[in-house]
Amino acid sequence: MASTIRVRAVASGDSTEVQSLIQHPMDSGFVKDSKGELIPAHHIEVVTFEHGGKVVFTAYWGPAVSKDPYVKFKFKGGKKGDDLKVSWVDNKGASDSMVAKIQ
Amino acid sequence: MTCFPDAPDAARRLLLKGALAGGLAGLGFAASGSFAFADADANANAKDWPADAFKQKGEAETLKDLYGKAAEVSDKITLDAPEIAENGAVVPVSVASTLPNVTAISILVLENPNTLAAAYKIPEGTEPSVSNRLKMAKTSKVVAVVEAGGKLYSASKEVKVTVGGCGG
Repeated sequence: MASTIRVRAVASGDSTEVQSLIQHPMDSGFVKDSKGELIPAHHIEVVTFEHGGKVVFTAYWGPAVSKDPYVKFKFKGGKKGDDLKVSWVDNKGASDSMVAKIQ
Repeated sequence: MTCFPDAPDAARRLLLKGALAGGLAGLGFAASGSFAFADADANANAKDWPADAFKQKGEAETLKDLYGKAAEVSDKITLDAPEIAENGAVVPVSVASTLPNVTAISILVLENPNTLAAAYKIPEGTEPSVSNRLKMAKTSKVVAVVEAGGKLYSASKEVKVTVGGCGG
């Protein structure tokens, strides 16, 4: 199965810029479907980014984060070819993770 | 459009608040580091998620739940968001700061059903800068809150929303 996570990490100088897109409905729990029934909240709660055995960034998301969430950040260190591990878990207990190479 | 549900069970919230009041400072990602980093190899862990803070309404209540303190306005925070967002479902918001020792950044949308949209933990070595995309129910003040050196600072901006992000 294709990963839900797309990540692009580029090392430049002494820092690495990370952009990631995760496929997820991020249902807020406030929207009704065509039958007028509320679509229950279904959203990612936590995303972690790990490099060299250290968590370099953690996101805590509520239902107000847009569908297929995007996030960008930068951390110091990280070289071309290093692993960057991304993992998420949602409010229904589903999760996914992947390891990307820093470019 | 049905963006705003009836008020959540206020009594339950009060109870939760009471029960957790003591622990919340620790639950927020305080500089104490009581929270996370324990197991660097672990995957994203849902138990770290500050559930109560995400249920709050209002800036003061949310910050109290998340960090156990209030924020003061700072000009060392850059909050980048559009003046007018045509589509409230996808509003790009970026926050950066020149404050030293930033440990956390969070973004609040005051007119949303729940105020807190996203919170980020910034460990040492990570730059105090984050970009993401948020949903906005309607025109609202967006507040960026930065925790630096154990204190909270904020900056805000009004974003006009033409079509609310509630899909309704």
